[in-house]
Amino acid sequence: MKLQVLKEKYRAKVQELVLGATKEEGGTRSCTVTVGGDSCLPFHHFEGEVPNRPVVAMEVTDIKPNWNPKLLKNFEDVFEKPGEWARKNVENFGADLIYLKFDGADPEGEDRSVEDCVETLQEVLQAVGVPLIVSGCGNEEKDNKLMEAIAEAASGENLLIGNAEQDNYKTITAACMVHKHSIIAKSPLDINICKQLNILISEMNLPLNKIVIDPSIGGLGYGIEYAYSIMERSRLGALQGDKMLSMPIICTVGYEAWRTKEANVSEDEFPEWGTQEERGVLWEAVTASAMLQAGAHILVMRHPKAVELTKRNIDQLMQPFSYE
Amino acid sequence: MGLTGLEIYKQLPKKNCGECGHPTCLAFAMSLANGKANLEACPYVSEEAREALDSAAAPPIAKIIVGRDENAYELGDETELFRHDRKFYHETAVALELKDTLSKEELENCLQKIKGLKFTRVGLEYKVQFIAVKNETDEVDVFAKTVEYVAGKTKLPLVLLSENPAAMEQALKIAGKDKPLIYAANEENFEKMTALAQENDCPLAVKAEGLGELAELVEKITKAGHKQLVLDPGSRSISRAIADFTQIRRLAIKKKFRPFGYPIISFCTETDPLAEINQAVAYISKYASIVVLKTLEKEHLLPLLTWRQNLYTDPQVPIRVEEKLNEIGEVNENSPVYVTTNFSLTYYSVEGEVGASRIPSYIISVDTDGLSVLTAYADGKFEADKIAKVIKKVGVEEKVKHRNIVIPGGVAVLKGKLEEESGWNVLVGPREASGIPSYAKSKFA
Repeated sequence: MKLQVLKEKYRAKVQELVLGATKEEGGTRSCTVTVGGDSCLPFHHFEGEVPNRPVVAMEVTDIKPNWNPKLLKNFEDVFEKPGEWARKNVENFGADLIYLKFDGADPEGEDRSVEDCVETLQEVLQAVGVPLIVSGCGNEEKDNKLMEAIAEAASGENLLIGNAEQDNYKTITAACMVHKHSIIAKSPLDINICKQLNILISEMNLPLNKIVIDPSIGGLGYGIEYAYSIMERSRLGALQGDKMLSMPIICTVGYEAWRTKEANVSEDEFPEWGTQEERGVLWEAVTASAMLQAGAHILVMRHPKAVELTKRNIDQLMQPFSYE
Repeated sequence: MGLTGLEIYKQLPKKNCGECGHPTCLAFAMSLANGKANLEACPYVSEEAREALDSAAAPPIAKIIVGRDENAYELGDETELFRHDRKFYHETAVALELKDTLSKEELENCLQKIKGLKFTRVGLEYKVQFIAVKNETDEVDVFAKTVEYVAGKTKLPLVLLSENPAAMEQALKIAGKDKPLIYAANEENFEKMTALAQENDCPLAVKAEGLGELAELVEKITKAGHKQLVLDPGSRSISRAIADFTQIRRLAIKKKFRPFGYPIISFCTETDPLAEINQAVAYISKYASIVVLKTLEKEHLLPLLTWRQNLYTDPQVPIRVEEKLNEIGEVNENSPVYVTTNFSLTYYSVEGEVGASRIPSYIISVDTDGLSVLTAYADGKFEADKIAKVIKKVGVEEKVKHRNIVIPGGVAVLKGKLEEESGWNVLVGPREASGIPSYAKSKFA
């Protein structure tokens, strides 16, 4: 029997956004990465286009991170040298992008100077050819100074710079405009604030295809379902023509997964939860695969094994399938 | 997607006799449309009208029950494509596969492991639902023996995996009374399998290669009179499974396409257990009502069951705990007292860490309508006067001699006002629950 399948027709698409810039384009990257452009719900190849695969950005921090030792041991030869760490992520673990986080800039922590941070950025830019995402320490005042300096130092590289938030977006937006970078617009698990922030940023004339949404996901078991539904709703909004929800989405999967108790406690403490190492890897991988189902475009991750599983998952999700 | 009151009214006898308890047929029709009345109440409705109304009023996806009595598990009866439109109702059943090639000792080991698969997280118990026994040998007797052994050792409902009707018949002689899911009827065997399912009053999975073939086979089986069905469109790759499952769900809900109005069974094909879990995440997210997998390890299943619980949470209702004084460990009159909100993620994070500090303590869970600390504070639901009242209300002052209370670091600003209102000495704890063990050791050890 020939069955009439039910295909949805959508009016619009998710924005397509390019990260990085090659020499010809004014940067120094050996490749660029394109995300977004979907004209259907996640991986509905049977009724729309999924032109670009979701990508994995692996995290590098400017100072030794305070991570679970079992996670950190994958990087023990490199975690004091961000450039080498980034190279290992790309060459050994298959990272599509590097997410460089300046935890060391925090005035309440190591309080690294803006100049030192810019030097770290240069080190990483020279070590790898993939595009970079950079993110600050969370202190607004310091991050604004830092991101201005970083935007200028890497002018033309088309970085993805975070985080612009509802009450602190102007400085970073202006820096991205002047030096031709893209921006992460971060909203606290709230679709209205998400939209509002995109409006505010675009009113400063940053083009829509230079904005990425960070919906502030929760980790598996810690409110991830709120993010799941917000992402499903924003994809539906984008497809129905809401331009202010049409940006690609970035999810800080590694950060959220590895701050949960379930990823970290030992089997001695919780024998009924099984071994820590595979539990931790899966806590991150399952967070990632759930977010892929909801429409994530960029996954920021940590554990090499979780990255490997996620990339395999993406390969399978990207297999074309049609009813024709 | 049910009928409107007027559509139902057209099918009623329009006698306005009032015997159904409603003054008029129209009022009765309106009650039917709202699900507040049963057609049985009308003594005069014609057979044709009853059939038309029954099928139109039936849920878009049938509720199918596997297992009996306290172990019965409900599948299907879903009404949404997206959880944010209302909610998903019946959590995907996780079925763990055991092959009939396993020796007795191996089976025993596996069953022991399965017994241990119970997890307590955030006050909820996560479990696996079914054991799927697979007739890998294609031998009738070996399958029957394996089913007999497994059925004797577990209370979990079974899924019987064999497309050989002779093997299924033998297995059902042993396990049929407990309402296992029969897997599967296919194009060749469906007459025999349907007869077996009917004789034993068991749900039957229907397997076909592709959606069109599946719809056709389902129609043949329902025509033969069996309507407890589960669907397998043969999809074994993630990409195709998402497409097929989405089509089945869409056609059932948006078009009321009857052949697809049943729950879906999915099979993981990955051999690496970690990749298998990732595959299962896609199936659970995209409408599978049963997922069959092979790993039996706790560290693999806990993340998967957590995702299932998250996905099936009611999006309109924040999950919360009761407002009360909670005792963690063997408390006494010197035990520390913590206060937090009643959002269950918040409360259980705090409870877990207070437990991990190994210092018996009290935790007061203040009713903030299920909001987390900072959200509740911003919303005026976690303020000094309210917390002070709750301190009095829960009776902690009769339980401890001291007057020290620890508040979350995120709401340190409450300190002064709360001391004034409650008369307690307020200690500012860590911002994140994870900081509690080291905080507790430095303050209370």
